[in-house]
Formats: sequence, C-alpha cells, structure tokens
Amino acid sequence: MTNEEVRQEIINFEIEAGDFSSGGEASSKLKSILRKLGIPSQLIRKTAITTYELEINIIIHTFGGRISAEVSPKEIKVIASDQGPGIEDVDKAFQPGYSTANEKAREMGFGAGMGLCNIKRYSDNLEVRTKIGEGTTIEAYIYLDQSGDNIE
Amino acid sequence: MNIKDLIEELDLEVVVEADLEKEIKGAYSSDLLSNVMARTKEGDLWLTVQGHQNIVAIALLNDLAAVITTEEFEADEEARSKAQNQGINLLKTTLSSYELSGELYKLGIGQK
Repeated sequence: MTNEEVRQEIINFEIEAGDFSSGGEASSKLKSILRKLGIPSQLIRKTAITTYELEINIIIHTFGGRISAEVSPKEIKVIASDQGPGIEDVDKAFQPGYSTANEKAREMGFGAGMGLCNIKRYSDNLEVRTKIGEGTTIEAYIYLDQSGDNIE
Repeated sequence: MNIKDLIEELDLEVVVEADLEKEIKGAYSSDLLSNVMARTKEGDLWLTVQGHQNIVAIALLNDLAAVITTEEFEADEEARSKAQNQGINLLKTTLSSYELSGELYKLGIGQK
C-alpha cells in the first residue's frame, strides 16, 4: 500500500470573509484530532500555528474560502483555498511587516505582516498558487519524519 | 508557581476561572497576535490589551496557562463565554504590560 492510498481527510471547514469569531475553530479541531492520533506535540504546534494563520488570512483578505487537512503516514497537509481576490505580489506578501490588512484587522492585533512569514517558518514545505480575480490556494506540509533539518 | 499563587501575589482579578492550579512556565507580552502565536508555549502567561475572542483561540492553541489583560482592559463578553466553555483562565490587572512584566520577573517567572 502506498502513502497516497492511506491519505485521509481529517477536517474540512468553510470560512466566511470577515468572520473573526470563527478564527481558530479549524485549527483547534485539527489540533485535537492530531492529539488523538498520537502526533508528537512539537508537530502539532507547527501545524496549529500554520493552520491558524491560514484561517485568519482567509477571514481578513478574501471573499471566503475553505480550510481542510489530510494526514498520511508521511505528512500532515493543510490546504487553504479561497474565492479571491488573489495575491497581487506574492514575494511582497511574504516580506515580514508587509500587509494589506484593513484598519479593523489591525485594531484586533492582526495585519502586522507576519502571518505568511509564520506559515513559511512553521511548515516544512509550502506551495502557493494565486490568480488575480480567481483566488489563492496554499498547501502547507508538515512532515511526520522530522529527522531532516527542518525542526524549528 | 501556579495561577492561584500568582493571583494572590500580585492581586490580580479573576475574570474567568478555569483551572487555577495550572503551573506557570513562562510569560510573553505583545498585542500582535502572529507574534504571540509564534512565541508563546505551553504553560505561558500572555499579557495583552486585546480583549476580543481570538485571544481565547490563541490561548487554546498554545495551551497557555492564562491570558492577563493589562491596564484595566477587559475581555469582552464573547471572549469570556468562549474562555468559560473552552477552559481558559482569564485574569486582569490595573498594571500596564510593562509594569506587570517587571513584577513577574521579580517573582522569577521567565528568568533564564
């Protein structure tokens, strides 16, 4: 049996634009499932930080989207996809301190331009696909075998 | 030191009581949530002036010992009810984050 065959979706949440009250629901749920699966706590921490930031990004920056996560013997994969507007300059978006968040988000302590930086730092591999007018899909991977040099 | 001892020591006000026996392992002070997500660890206290319900989400995700709102800022109703349901200790103080940090440090919390 290959890893692909035992890949299993463990969460799938719809996230509404601007709905700050739901921030953290997907990541908390994912965290509790990973705990039950016996995943080591430092990997749960990496996954929780990554997922929380992805959730908040959908709430702040998009017209709405979805967070799901899959687990296989090899990795945890978190997928955030949204319905737009798409990221104009991906390189800039990953610069620490760069943000296009609105005043409301900033007042709440978001929008400091650190979200994508955290996602990049705490995930082991990241794929970003974005198209203006269509939307963005981000896939973040946390490897279950951390024997490489990707431990924080 | 646990939360109960800390409350007595620094005369903190309990806003939501979950588990006051929780041991304090460290502390962090910031109002930028991404920094708090990245820098806090299990058993930490978090000092902030933010009072909305996302403070509870972060406390839950990082297994924080308590969130302390400073300078008389207070967690709003949604945050309090979420903390109650999820079992997160919420405390408050009239001290600023800077002043409270100093007091915590004197107690040996967060000293390397």
